[in-house]
Amino acid sequence: MKHGNPARAVWTAVVATPLLFAAIAALQMRIDSQTRSAAQEKDELLLRSPAVIKKMSLGYDALLADVYWTRAVQYFGARFGTKGATYELLWPLLDISTTLDPKLIVAYRFGAVFLSERGTGPGRADLAVPLVKRGIAANPDEWRLNIDLGFLYYWRLKDYPASADALYEGSKKPGAPPWMAVMAARVAQKGGSLDTSRMIWSGIYESNRDPNIRAQALRTIQGLKAEEDEVQLDALAAEYQKRFGRLPASVNDLRSAGLLAAISVDPLGYPYVFGPDGKAALNPDSPVIIPKEMSSPSTLSH
Amino acid sequence: MSAAPMPVAVNTFREAVRDRVLYNLVFFALLMIGAAILVGQISIGIERLVIVNLGLSAISLFGLVMAIFIGVGLVSKEIEKRTLYSLLAKPIRRWEFLVGKYAGLVLTLAVNTSFMTLGLAAALFYVGRPFVKTDALILVAVYFILLELALVTALSLFFSCFSTPMLSTLFTLGIYITGVFAGEIREFGEFTKSPALRVVTKVLYYLVPNFHNFNAIAAAAHGETIPLSLVAQNTLYAALYVALLLVAASAVFSNRNLK
Amino acid sequence: MGAAAIEITGLTKDYPVGFWHKRIRRSLDNLTLQVEEGEIFGFLGPNGAGKTTTLKLLTGLIFPTAGTARVRGRSIDDVQMHREIGYLPEQPYFYDYLTARELLDYYGRFTNYTKTERRERVARLLDRVGLADAADLQLRKYSKGMLQRVGIAQAILHEPQVVFLDEPMSGLDPVGRREVRDIILELKKAGRTVFFSTHILSDAEMLCDRVAVLAGGKLQGVGALEEIMSLEVHAMDILFEPRADRALPAGLAGRVTRIGGRCHIAVSEAELYAALDELKNCEAKILSVSPVRPTLEDYFLRLVGNERPVSHGVEVITR
Repeated sequence: MKHGNPARAVWTAVVATPLLFAAIAALQMRIDSQTRSAAQEKDELLLRSPAVIKKMSLGYDALLADVYWTRAVQYFGARFGTKGATYELLWPLLDISTTLDPKLIVAYRFGAVFLSERGTGPGRADLAVPLVKRGIAANPDEWRLNIDLGFLYYWRLKDYPASADALYEGSKKPGAPPWMAVMAARVAQKGGSLDTSRMIWSGIYESNRDPNIRAQALRTIQGLKAEEDEVQLDALAAEYQKRFGRLPASVNDLRSAGLLAAISVDPLGYPYVFGPDGKAALNPDSPVIIPKEMSSPSTLSH
Repeated sequence: MSAAPMPVAVNTFREAVRDRVLYNLVFFALLMIGAAILVGQISIGIERLVIVNLGLSAISLFGLVMAIFIGVGLVSKEIEKRTLYSLLAKPIRRWEFLVGKYAGLVLTLAVNTSFMTLGLAAALFYVGRPFVKTDALILVAVYFILLELALVTALSLFFSCFSTPMLSTLFTLGIYITGVFAGEIREFGEFTKSPALRVVTKVLYYLVPNFHNFNAIAAAAHGETIPLSLVAQNTLYAALYVALLLVAASAVFSNRNLK
Repeated sequence: MGAAAIEITGLTKDYPVGFWHKRIRRSLDNLTLQVEEGEIFGFLGPNGAGKTTTLKLLTGLIFPTAGTARVRGRSIDDVQMHREIGYLPEQPYFYDYLTARELLDYYGRFTNYTKTERRERVARLLDRVGLADAADLQLRKYSKGMLQRVGIAQAILHEPQVVFLDEPMSGLDPVGRREVRDIILELKKAGRTVFFSTHILSDAEMLCDRVAVLAGGKLQGVGALEEIMSLEVHAMDILFEPRADRALPAGLAGRVTRIGGRCHIAVSEAELYAALDELKNCEAKILSVSPVRPTLEDYFLRLVGNERPVSHGVEVITR
């Protein structure tokens, strides 16, 4: 064979390379479509043991913690609000993140609010409480974690004395805002009342920077406000009935009777209505949701 | 103080530069730029934390790769390429040659690390303007990384004196990993029932360089104070261990017949 | 009779051989040798004889199993000895990312020259070895011959009293070889001692004052070149043209070699005049009568035996 033509070799490569790559890509797509069902069903977390992962990280724990944390946020974000979503991996991901970096405060705080979230979340207050306690042990000066612990005891477990304790302990920590002590006292005295609950959630809102948590807090605060308003409206309705012998049909009636200064609207601007049972209720168009948490506590199984 | 190691050190640095070793800085820069731009979208609230973690981890990793891969060739490459023959006929003692090669690589690593630290600072500035006082801790963490790299370099130089690059890489990597796990190994020994194993693990713990001492990445990222005593301690530890390795390397190399 | 520049006493080098290092290969056996100050000493031997081993022992690259050596009075263990020696290794390699100028400057830093002195010396040497034009080219671009020149330059950069050259002519074209020969002669003129090993005998013949022959790790013979050459029996070579129509005398005819139209015959000194008479009788035209000088090759082959063929190089001149 004569010496090959170098130009020809180049042209062959130029032509063949894209074709071969296209064939490879097509084949890969075929492979993927066949295994897709299997892999996508379970979101795999190949390693679950935080201790093992920590050992395998060869000193790069802090970075790995950030990676797992990021994954936790994305995992949760993809599912939050989706009907029937499961949250199996949230706890392991948060557990691993905080084991790799015990000072990753944001992870504890996220777990406090969302790990314990019932309905639209995994509802595992029983895991959230030890998580936050672990966070406090590793970060003894972090007052924000006491807000989270106080929140968990108050909102999820309805354990007002424990909540007040946590808040009180936190209020003594360096940098703690003055309202923490006030909150502790209020919880001790009026645990379970709507305005105390609103105060707790305001604490969550104020002390957090995570937009997911703040959004959740805002929603809850709005719901609590709405519930408070409803209670007030019910009282006014009873007054109305005393005067006029029947229940008001709408808030307009109350206004005409001089019992209300202006049309009562919920925190998102929708006017309240009166339901068929004569009780004040949210406008059917309103996106405000009254939290169900108030009526039944989560269980804490030790 | 003998002057012969100096030209060797400078030449070793020059070789690294001409071998385009410093091009790894380009990859580092790209990494930092990418991270700085994307971090806000991925991890809200912990941007600075992620940048510092990523930056310091990358500095450590890139440096480690360099310390090992260049280190294992420091002596063996010169023997293989026979460049050592004409050099050793000059008035230079064998240990002076070793110290020179060692210093040259450590210099290269120091220069490389400095540039990377600048890159990290730039990314940090981009992500969370102004610098806070605790950011100075990043410099301490970088210094610790440098101490670590100096130790690893001494290790790979030692092996380079008598072993092929492939084997030297395995040995050095093996000792490094053992050193990172030194604490775990000792713990493991304390929990076993066998007294022999307990002794073995304890000895191993003291023998192997304890690299976990030098890891201040998380501390720097979280702005925790690093006590001055730790800085002094780590410096001394590194200096002692490096001295040990250089003395051992000298002993081996001074008796080596060059083929 | 000058002081000994190089004194070697019982120098021996053993290499352990085999996987368990049980067997020994003795690559240099009890070498005892002296090289005088100011002489050009040729170290000859077939490949594998131990020449390079000797040089590596003397320059401290390997360590003797037994025996000692001194260069200019200092033991080979002494690092200061290296100030007085220059060494050109066999097939030299240098840092290929440096230029010739940078390399020489680098090696120059191990001397006591000031920066200016160093720069001057380097420039002068580059010129002397004919590399002035390529001085700033990276060594990886150098041909073998150019590397050899760099090698010589670095060996003599610091004006050492004793210069060790291992196969200095290797890889050089005839011009280069001539230049190296000139450099060696210059060194001698400056009173330096040159110890060079080679397996090209013609080079040794041209340059050396004394030679030693090494084979199988053992010293086979040492002597001044003149003495060696004169040990052989002299013969005379008669170059003649026979007349076309006359036959050659019977006694001589068998010993004649023809090359082209001419004939050679080698006869002993005693036979010379008788042979000339015979040729005169058959009217042959005598072109020349010259002594057959024994070559170094003869001496060499005698010592070494014909076990290993000697490399001739291109221009072995048999006189």
